[in-house]
Amino acid sequence: MRHFDEEKELLRKRLLSMTGKVEESIKKAIKSLRDRDESIATKVVNADAEIDREEVDIEEKCIELIARYQPEAIDLRTIIGLIKINNDLERIGDLSVNIACASIRLLEKPQLKPIVGLSQMTGIVTGMLADSIKSFINGDVQLARSVCVRDNEADEMRNHLIRELLTYMMEDPKTISRCMDLALIARNLERIGDLSTNISEDVIYINEAVIIRHHRAL
Amino acid sequence: MVNKDKITTENLNLWFGKNHVLKDINIGIEENKITAIIGPSGCGKSTFLRCLNRMNDLIDNTKITGKVSLGGENVYNNRMDVVTLRRRVGMVFQKPNPFPKSIFENVAYPLRIQGVRNGISERVRKALSAAALWNEVKDRLNISALSLSGGQQQRLCIARALVTEPEVILMDEPCSALDPIATAKIEELLFTLKEQYTICIVTHNMQQAARVSECAAFLLLGELIEFNNTNKIFTNPADKRTEDYITGRFG
Repeated sequence: MRHFDEEKELLRKRLLSMTGKVEESIKKAIKSLRDRDESIATKVVNADAEIDREEVDIEEKCIELIARYQPEAIDLRTIIGLIKINNDLERIGDLSVNIACASIRLLEKPQLKPIVGLSQMTGIVTGMLADSIKSFINGDVQLARSVCVRDNEADEMRNHLIRELLTYMMEDPKTISRCMDLALIARNLERIGDLSTNISEDVIYINEAVIIRHHRAL
Repeated sequence: MVNKDKITTENLNLWFGKNHVLKDINIGIEENKITAIIGPSGCGKSTFLRCLNRMNDLIDNTKITGKVSLGGENVYNNRMDVVTLRRRVGMVFQKPNPFPKSIFENVAYPLRIQGVRNGISERVRKALSAAALWNEVKDRLNISALSLSGGQQQRLCIARALVTEPEVILMDEPCSALDPIATAKIEELLFTLKEQYTICIVTHNMQQAARVSECAAFLLLGELIEFNNTNKIFTNPADKRTEDYITGRFG
């Protein structure tokens, strides 16, 4: 194995472990809302600093690899992809913090409605995230493409949830602030789906050297 | 973890006649690491390297001041036996320079001149294995070394340097006469060798320095401009002249 490959492998492992942490954050943020447990949300907020640190470390390592090895072809695409995926993961971490903060605000008031739709949506977007990273690790472009398709599902669920929340707000204006926070959570989850799609698009770029962003053909 | 320095130089100056070639070089070459010396032609890279095992002694009109310590001992003091020094600090040159002898005898040669009688075959095998050449030559140890390819010849020269079990290996442009594949093999070999040896490599090829070394020194007109982690040198050099050189603005 080339020395560069060993370095790349280490980076891949670090990215995988960062994904684990990010995924945990999303799940915990929603769990705090579902279980009405503020302490879980606080943990998500506190865990973000570690994700931020890891992002900076991974980026620095990527810059070092470019400076030292002048990677070409698939090696170059992999490092560029790693930088972008790393950035997306960190953003997903931030979105989980947004969700946790909304959850903390919501927990100050009585529950508006059972957290069913948001839980389902969480399942979809964490699945998308896990598969996008899995497709990166295994170089599985078919799996990456399937993630891009699933993004519509997440968008659809968000729209559905917002329509539902509108009915609550129209019925009783006192629910508006809670509905806004729930809509915000739906919006953040939907953004996680978008970023997972970005990761999958980068996986396709790494493996096939084609850029499929901005609705270019899958 | 801070590695300890295997070789240090203190205010090392060298003149060839009136030509002041090395100016006050202070450097510490860390044990079990690969240190690269980079710089434009004529900056004193090779001369510096050759100071470390007193190869410059062979050149007339050379004057050297300052100190070069190997494991704490000044190599320029009178008690230092130059033959022993060169056994402890081996060298590999730009062009592969095997002797017109068999593969086996090339590697065995340093042992024979040391008067070693026993265990030569085993030591030759070990050196060829360490130089990642054994598998390619084990069935034809008695053919002429000159029939090997350039890359194989260079690995043979590395094996010849390793057979005396040196502490330090100096490499003066070891890949400049080789094609990219042979170069890649030597570079991979360096990573395995550094576990046991301290390596100092002079190279014109900055990319090679970036790839293989952990520490890098930039020399310019006989002065040490910057010496730091390779990563630091290649991502954020402290001196403008280093930056200009590694980005190809001069040199």
